[in-house]
Amino acid sequence: MSAGRVAIVDLGLGNLHSVAKAFERAGADPELSADPEVLLRADRLVMPGQGAFKECAHALAGEIGEAVRAWIDSGRPYLGICLGMQALFESSEEAPGEKGLGIFRGTVKRFASDLLDAEGNPLKVPHIGWNQIDSTHPVFEDGEWYYFVHSYYVVPDDESLIAATADYGGPFCAAIARDNVLACQFHPEKSQHAGARVIGHFLGDVSWS
Amino acid sequence: MLAKRIIPCLDVKEGRVVKGINFVGLRDAGDPVESAQRYSDGGADEITFLDITASHENRRTLFDLVDRTASTVAVPLTVGGGVRERRDVSELLHAGADKVSINSAAVANPTFVRDMSEAYGAQAIVVAIDAKRVPGEEGKWTVYTHGGRRDTGLDAIAWAEKMADHGAGEILLTSMDRDGTQDGYDLVLTRTVVDAIPIPVVASGGVGTLGHVHEGLTAGGADAALAASIFHDGHYTVAEVKEYLLDHGVCVRPPERT
Repeated sequence: MSAGRVAIVDLGLGNLHSVAKAFERAGADPELSADPEVLLRADRLVMPGQGAFKECAHALAGEIGEAVRAWIDSGRPYLGICLGMQALFESSEEAPGEKGLGIFRGTVKRFASDLLDAEGNPLKVPHIGWNQIDSTHPVFEDGEWYYFVHSYYVVPDDESLIAATADYGGPFCAAIARDNVLACQFHPEKSQHAGARVIGHFLGDVSWS
Repeated sequence: MLAKRIIPCLDVKEGRVVKGINFVGLRDAGDPVESAQRYSDGGADEITFLDITASHENRRTLFDLVDRTASTVAVPLTVGGGVRERRDVSELLHAGADKVSINSAAVANPTFVRDMSEAYGAQAIVVAIDAKRVPGEEGKWTVYTHGGRRDTGLDAIAWAEKMADHGAGEILLTSMDRDGTQDGYDLVLTRTVVDAIPIPVVASGGVGTLGHVHEGLTAGGADAALAASIFHDGHYTVAEVKEYLLDHGVCVRPPERT
């Protein structure tokens, strides 16, 4: 199956270069756009995430957010990365009062400031670097390392959404999967070969529901 | 569990690597893109470019370099050197840098760090601190700028705390006493900063042996180890550093199967 047209949602919040390049390396020809018509014409939609939840929520409050909702309802493949994962939920501790897309029930929480590592040292926030996931999901590789950079993580009401967890002072949700929606807290575009394989799965015809 | 990061640093000037690199089979030892690719293939967790181009007119060369590197290297790329204003940050990020490192400009105007963090996210903003021991005063370091030539008189620990408070995503901490000596990181400085701030610290300056990397990440407590010459001079590969660390009980991402 050909990957078809890949559109990357451009909320105007940061650098989408890395994500675009990663899809190019995977053989796709991604189009960056903020135009709902362009987004809805694509065969696969990617929403990267950078910046803050508040700005993201504001950007999604308009017609782009409607387009993303309509897209997900249409059953075509969606990949959310970092904030593009968090935005699928209802709210975030990062910006109380701001609304996410609410595709899934649940919230986004900040890592507690009193977490300790195995030696009893305080854990730093943001959580930056390579961490290993636990997963039984076909898209992700159990025990594989991916690159994370974030201070917040999603807490779905429905735990069966969780496709992978990683450990940072305790397990947290590293990826979700449901029907046509795939989303990860880590950055596949920065996760070398392991990340490229995630993108390859998204572009391929692997079923991930 | 979060892995400690190993970060090779390349000094670049007018688009070329300053110090020669002895990779076997490298077509062009002066090409930062090729070197960055080699490092990432060898298991580097991130790559850092430090641009030491004297004049600002040649920035185009840097942007082109960052663009070409980001096109081929699929690990995070940090770029520092000469970042003075918002446009420098936005152009580097636009070219494909994942993080931009700010040094002298932060001292000149600390609000600049806060503004950039709010605009681009803390994850994109690294504050580089060049610290040097104050002679005769135990446990005291001041911040230097302009490539280590100018003593600002600022207390390095208080400065690190202030930068964390201003929204820096992490601190790149270089010991000016150790930089270039191959005597090992300044472990007391590293540990003092690590314990003082809630954000990650990248240790830099002085690595000469595998043991130095190990102690920087353990006794020093750094979240990441940055090194230049041990890699460039061909003394060790990133994979050798990681194997040593794994053998000595440090959690690192193992060199990847391809």
